[in-house]
Amino acid sequence: MARAVSPRRKFLTTLAAWSVALIIFFPVLWMILTSFKTEVSAVASPPQLFTADWTLENYAEVWARSDYPRFFWNSVVISVGSTLLGLVIAIPSAWAMAFVPGKRTKDLLMWMLSTKMMPAVAVMIPLYLIFLWTGLIDTKIGLVIALMLMNLPIIIWMLYTYFKEIPGEILEAARMDGASLWNEILYVLTPMAIPGIASTMLLNIILAWNEAFWTIVLTTTKAAPLSAFIASFSAPQGLFYAKLSAASAMAIMPILILGWFSQKQLVRGLTFGAVK
Amino acid sequence: MATQSSRFAARLMVAPSVTVLFIWMIIPLAMAIYYSFRLYRLISPDRTGWVGFRNYSWFVNSPEFWLAISNTLLLVGGVLIITIVLGTLIALLIDQPVWGQGPLRILVISPFFVMPPVAASIWENLFMHPQNGMLASLALGLGMKPILFMENYPMASVIFIVSWEWLPFATLILLTALQSLSSEQLEAAEMDGASAFSRFRYIILPHMTRAITVVILIQTIFLLGIFGEIFTTTQGGPGSASTTLPYMIFKQAIAAKDIGRAAAGGIIAVILANIVAYFLMRGIGRNLDA
Amino acid sequence: MTVSIRALLGACAVGAICTAAAAETTITVATVNNGDMVRMQGLMDDFYAKHPDIKVEWVTLEENVLRQNVTTDIATGGGQYDVITIGTYEVPIWGKQGWLESLNDMPADFDVDDLLPPIRGGLTVDGNLYASPFYGESSFVNYRKDLAEKAGITIPDAPTWDDIKAAAAAMTDQANGIYGICLRGKAGWGENMAFLTTMANSYGARWFDENWVPQFDQPEWKAVMTDYVEMLTKYGPPGASNNGYNENLTLSLQGKCAMRMDATVSAGALTDPKQSEFADKVGFALAPDAGLGKRANWLWAWSLAIPASSDAKDAAKTFINWATNKDYIALVASKEGWGAAPPGTRTSLYSNPDYAALPFAKMTIDSINAADPTNPTVKPVPYTGVQFVAIPEFAGLATSVGEIFSAALAGQKSVDDALAEAQALALDEMTASGYIK
Repeated sequence: MARAVSPRRKFLTTLAAWSVALIIFFPVLWMILTSFKTEVSAVASPPQLFTADWTLENYAEVWARSDYPRFFWNSVVISVGSTLLGLVIAIPSAWAMAFVPGKRTKDLLMWMLSTKMMPAVAVMIPLYLIFLWTGLIDTKIGLVIALMLMNLPIIIWMLYTYFKEIPGEILEAARMDGASLWNEILYVLTPMAIPGIASTMLLNIILAWNEAFWTIVLTTTKAAPLSAFIASFSAPQGLFYAKLSAASAMAIMPILILGWFSQKQLVRGLTFGAVK
Repeated sequence: MATQSSRFAARLMVAPSVTVLFIWMIIPLAMAIYYSFRLYRLISPDRTGWVGFRNYSWFVNSPEFWLAISNTLLLVGGVLIITIVLGTLIALLIDQPVWGQGPLRILVISPFFVMPPVAASIWENLFMHPQNGMLASLALGLGMKPILFMENYPMASVIFIVSWEWLPFATLILLTALQSLSSEQLEAAEMDGASAFSRFRYIILPHMTRAITVVILIQTIFLLGIFGEIFTTTQGGPGSASTTLPYMIFKQAIAAKDIGRAAAGGIIAVILANIVAYFLMRGIGRNLDA
Repeated sequence: MTVSIRALLGACAVGAICTAAAAETTITVATVNNGDMVRMQGLMDDFYAKHPDIKVEWVTLEENVLRQNVTTDIATGGGQYDVITIGTYEVPIWGKQGWLESLNDMPADFDVDDLLPPIRGGLTVDGNLYASPFYGESSFVNYRKDLAEKAGITIPDAPTWDDIKAAAAAMTDQANGIYGICLRGKAGWGENMAFLTTMANSYGARWFDENWVPQFDQPEWKAVMTDYVEMLTKYGPPGASNNGYNENLTLSLQGKCAMRMDATVSAGALTDPKQSEFADKVGFALAPDAGLGKRANWLWAWSLAIPASSDAKDAAKTFINWATNKDYIALVASKEGWGAAPPGTRTSLYSNPDYAALPFAKMTIDSINAADPTNPTVKPVPYTGVQFVAIPEFAGLATSVGEIFSAALAGQKSVDDALAEAQALALDEMTASGYIK
């Protein structure tokens, strides 16, 4: 809304908006600050925003205690891999549902979403056994498949709603030019859908990165991602606030930075068809 | 416009995702149904057999069952209300012309990138801890007694933490909807002398119905299964005060290692989810149609 | 491990081909993230120097998560781990199921006869040693001597519960954030129920009578719960129902707990000036009694065991021998001092004059020797185990009872209601499990 407003009003709204934003962000900020404190200053009362004795000791210790690069790499492979695999399966389906809708398309979509409603814990043992029997346990490909299937309904739905907003006439024009179905998807639809696909991709990388149940149940060492890394730092003995903060910061920092940089792309397609 | 052959092609294109999702759903579900009628405890494998509906009746007759159901609904409902109300307000605020819009948005969406166990442990340890948390220090500084969040307000604390995690998601979707609202319409209303409230009530809110519906739908799906945050913070307690249905299942599966009961609980949870979904679709489903 | 070796390992895990590892045996070791285990991971250079043909992959997890993953693996024969860290509760039950590899054929330098008898007994089933203790513990009282002095009281080396209550009352200074007593309140069979079961033992209460009938409706349990809730409500830290081992240790290190009853293994941290500014002011006392002949101290050992499903049992035994040997204890002592040595496993440690000079050494060994898993209670019981009942159903049952008791501590239930609920629940469970015919 590009309405002209008085500088006074703009100042007040800026002040209000920034206050709210800082409150929301404060826990993350506080965690990052704590990660640079000594354990003793971390629990100092009254709390200090900045301490004189700031240190990198916590990061050094966390780094020395665990194989962070491997956890990190596993997180990258699993979240990106599951998202890409999901897109390969979802794009044709979403295309078909958007442009050749049948009577049951809506029901089909709802059914897909409903597959996410089974509580994970209830199928923990069945899925564990399936992974054991198929040799997928503690493999990255196993987790890629599991997380892909978990997020597939969301991927399809996001793409479907985005595709639906692409005017059908363009496709028909392309069809009259004799474009084959695949060419139509590849050269006409996909370029137009890039923003939607990009934000679907980002959202699902985030969801997969933050998944912290199956990634712990189905892995031991080879495929364990950062969620397992963080589980080795929670609730140890003695003072641990600063070290826990450092480990937490290391676990969320990569995805936080990705999110910050791609914020525009993420927002652009994150409508779920809510805008009409 | 769709021809016979394009219909066929469309079916073919939908087939892979439907097939994999069906397999992904049906095999664990079938196994869960099977186990739900069996005596199956991981830790005592020699005692097995069919038990009819005993696992189900244990679950339903358990003293914490109804509490767990109502806590589950409370969690879903509470988080929905908080995120939608605050999300709308924040979206309205940051949609205004302000200085530093980009960095501002980055701060607001940050909680969404924080892994749930990390979010829960930050809140529990760094903020809500009765001796070492920041809120306790603040309270003491103001001469008040620290609030015992996990002991006296376990459910409210969990709802608060989960709301913090999901607020950015709701805000973003509501903001995108808000941005698509034509400003002429609002300006016309303003010139007709409509108050800020009636502009919100009669123009903005109707425009956002669809977005709100989407937020409700997506969040409900994720919130119905939440237990990680409870595990990290209150562990369902004190007593059963913050035990939800997924957490109750978790306790059977993990503490008691009773796979049969956990499976029965899972089937009950699926039924509950379907009931919720049914009312959801009846209540707001029509908002989704284009 | 050096950084470059780590990088190499990372590359091995990622790439499909990893020739360097071809001649090596890789074993996967699952451990809890307790301080002593983390210290072991820092000393692996010594292991690799002695055994270059074995590579160790660590799975370090928080206790609850570790237990969940290891139990699932072992009960389904997953075979993902070669060495697992389990406690004295699991070892006899899993050993009986045939899930663990016997350690009777360990090499001579393992010196099995050096293991402390009560600990060794707890890890042996039908003559088979199924796990080797990494560190053992009992429970005792630690307190701040400066606060006791200030309050004008002395805590005897072998206190009664009345002594403890009086001391807690005298040392409490809520206004300055000093709490007279810290006890476990967090629900869990290994948390509040471990403490409450030992307290019950000293009060003459018991989980079950000889016919497996639960005893929560008896007056002894009422006395236990009444005193427990009263002590923590009056003199304990606010929010005690969410405090477990870790939380109370943190408060003790900060000096906020004037007195605490918990595991002997925390003595090392409490007397370490790097971790606590009150390190030179800590006093220790035996777990209290009520004059009935049983003290409220438990017996536990975090131990290393080999799942029967492991496919690298020889390498796993080599590792266990290294990690639980006398030489390992000496190694830790040489690097970080005797206070950091893993306690409570070997007789030789306590006859070592350097170790015996530590303020907590004698108190620890006396507490361990005083715990008798085969005869834990005043009245006769059909079970073994001090702070647990060694049956598979216990973990689930005690966790549920623990929730009820933690609600009573939080003030959500009266003691009477909590006990009645616990009784009904336990009766139900024991009947369903076939103990009560």
